[in-house]
Amino acid sequence: MSTGLAIETDGLSKRFRGHDAVADVALAVPDGSVFGFLGPNGSGKTTTIRMLLGLVSPTAGTAAVLGSPMPDGAAGVLPRVGALVEGPGFAGYLSGAANLARLDSADPLADPRTRRRRIGEALDRVGLGAAAGKRVKAYSLGMKQRLGIANALLRPRDLLVLDEPTNGLDPQGTREVRTLVRGLAEGGTTVFVSSHLLSEIEQMCTHAAVMRTGRLVAQGTLDELRGAAGDDRLHLRTPDAEQALAALTGAGLTPSLSGQEVVAPLQGRPVEDLVAALVAAGVRVRGVRLAEASLEDRFVALTGEGFDVES
Amino acid sequence: MSSPDRRRLGLSLLASEITVLFRRKRTWAMLIALAAVPVLVGVAIRIASGPDSGRGPSFLSQIAGNGLFVGVASLVLAIPLFLPLTIGVVAGDTIAGEASQGTLRYLLVAPAGRPRLLVVKFLGAAVFCFAAPLAVVVAGTLTGLALFPVGPVTLLSGDQVPVGEGLLRLLAMAAYVGVAMLGLTAVGLFVSTLTDVPVGAMAATVVLAVTSQVLDQLPQLEALHPFLLSDSWLGLVDLLRDPPLWSTFGTNALLQLGYVVVFGALAYGRFTTRDVLA
Ligand SMILES: Nc1ncnc2c1ncn2[C@@H]1O[C@H](COP(=O)(O)OP(=O)(O)OP(=O)(O)O)[C@@H](O)[C@H]1O
Ligand SMILES: [Mg+2]
Repeated sequence: MSTGLAIETDGLSKRFRGHDAVADVALAVPDGSVFGFLGPNGSGKTTTIRMLLGLVSPTAGTAAVLGSPMPDGAAGVLPRVGALVEGPGFAGYLSGAANLARLDSADPLADPRTRRRRIGEALDRVGLGAAAGKRVKAYSLGMKQRLGIANALLRPRDLLVLDEPTNGLDPQGTREVRTLVRGLAEGGTTVFVSSHLLSEIEQMCTHAAVMRTGRLVAQGTLDELRGAAGDDRLHLRTPDAEQALAALTGAGLTPSLSGQEVVAPLQGRPVEDLVAALVAAGVRVRGVRLAEASLEDRFVALTGEGFDVES
Repeated sequence: MSSPDRRRLGLSLLASEITVLFRRKRTWAMLIALAAVPVLVGVAIRIASGPDSGRGPSFLSQIAGNGLFVGVASLVLAIPLFLPLTIGVVAGDTIAGEASQGTLRYLLVAPAGRPRLLVVKFLGAAVFCFAAPLAVVVAGTLTGLALFPVGPVTLLSGDQVPVGEGLLRLLAMAAYVGVAMLGLTAVGLFVSTLTDVPVGAMAATVVLAVTSQVLDQLPQLEALHPFLLSDSWLGLVDLLRDPPLWSTFGTNALLQLGYVVVFGALAYGRFTTRDVLA
C-alpha cells in the first residue's frame, strides 16, 4: 500500500441495460480514515461497494482495495476485509451463531480452532450474545443488522466496508455502531461507511464523498467539504429590513430576506465592520448571529432538494 | 488437522455445507417422503395380497414371496418422478437459494471463491443424490423384514443368491441410482446459476428430467437415446443378473460423468463471470 490509500478507484463505471448506475467514479480513501460515502437513494453507493468487493464487474475503470486490483485480487484481499452489503443476509433456519460459523468456514484463512471463540466475541460486541442460539428467522430487523455487523468483525480486519450499517437499528444500536466504528478506527482499521444520513456521517467520519445519480460530486476531509460549502453567513434581526438589505448590498454583499431575518453570506468580511456599516445606515440592529457553513447545506447543494429519486 | 492447505481446499466449507443440508427440515421431509414409498408399497401389497399379476420387471409381484424386493420395487417406482423431484429441489436450490436468501454475497465476500463454492455446492447436492436412494432401500428393507418372509433372492435368470448377497446387491443398486442422478444434479446446478429465484430453478430442473424421459420413449429419436440424461436410470435391474452386469454400471457412470463435465463447465462459465446483484 505504497499509495497510502485503502481504496482507490479510477473511472469506475457500471451500466445496467443502458442506464449508468455508477459513472466515472474516482474514489481515494486514505488508510486509517473513517470514510463516509453519502448519497441519496439510487445514487450508486451499493453498486460501487459491490464492485469494490468483486461481486460485480465494472463496465469500465478500475478499483484497487488494500493495494490489490479488484475483482482479480479478491482471494488475497477479501480475508482482510469485513463487509456489510445492502443489509444482512442469513439462513433463517439456522441460529445466529451457526450462520456465522458457516460464513467463517467459507474464509480459507479463518482458523477453525478459534472459530467458536471468535464468533462468541463478535456476537458479544454487537450485543447479540444472548440471542446467539436463536434462529435468525426469529430475529428482528435490527438484530439481523447487528448479526451482519458481527459477521464483518469475525476476524481482525484492515478494512471494513459497511453499507448503511445503522439501517433498522434503534437509537442505542445506532450509538453503539458509532462507538464501535470509532474504536475500530483507533485500532488502525480503515472504515468505509455508506449512508444517506448526513448527521451520522458528521458524527463518525474523518472524510466523506458524495454521490449523485452515479457520479462522485465531492470528496475530501469533512473540513474541506465544509469549506467548500461557501461562506459563513450573517443572520440579522431588525425592524428595518429594507434599509438593511440596501446597506448590505451597498457594502458589496448579496443579502436576502429569510423569514424575519436578513441573511447574507459573509464573503470573508469581518462581522464588526458590517454591523458598523448597518448602524451608520440607521438600521436598528436587534440581533446578529453568525451561522457557520454546514455540511448539510453543502450536501443539499450537491444532491438537490428534491425528494424524488433521480436516475 | 486444520492446516492452511486443507482449508484452501474448502473442506471446512464442504463440511459446513453438508451439515447445513442435513440440519434443514426440508431435507428430512424429502427423505422421509422417499422412505414412505416402500412403506406404502409394502402395506398395500400386504393388505391386497392376491395372486401375482406376473407382469413386467417392476418386481412388485415378487414382494409377497420375498420382502427384500420391497426396496427394489420402490427404487424402480421412485426413479421416474419422486427421486428427480427431490434432486431437483436440492440441486436447483444450490446457488439460487443462496442468492434469494442474501447469503450468496456474504459467502463470496468471506471469500468462498466462486469455483470453490460451485464445487462445494455440487458435492453437497451429490451427497443428497446418494442419501435419497439409500433412504428408499433402507426403508424398503425394514418394511420387507416386518411384513414379508425374507429368503434367498431369485435373480432375473432364475438363479438364487443368499440373503447377504441380496442385501449387498440392494446397496449396489442404491449406489447405481445415486450415480445416475449426478447428471441431473449438474444440470440443476447450472440452472441454479442462471437465476435468483430458487423455485424457478427447481421447477426447470424437474421439467428437464421429465422431458429427457419422454424423449427416451420416442422411437423416432432412437439415435439420441444413449445420450439422454435419463437413459441409464432404469439400468439398475442389470445388477440383478448373474453375474451382475457391471458394464451397465460403467455406462451409467460414463454418461453421468459426461453430463457433470458439460453442465459443470457451463455452470462454471456462468457463475464465475456473472454479477452478483442479489
Ligand atoms: N440489479 C439491477 N439491475 C438494474 N439496475 C440496478 C440494479 N441494481 C441497482 N440498479 C440501479 O442502479 C442505480 C444505483 O443503485 P444502488 O443500489 O447502487 O443505489 P444506492 O445508492 O445504494 O441506493 P440506496 O440508498 O437506496 O441503497 C439505481 O438507479 C438502480 O436503479
Ligand atoms: Mg444501497
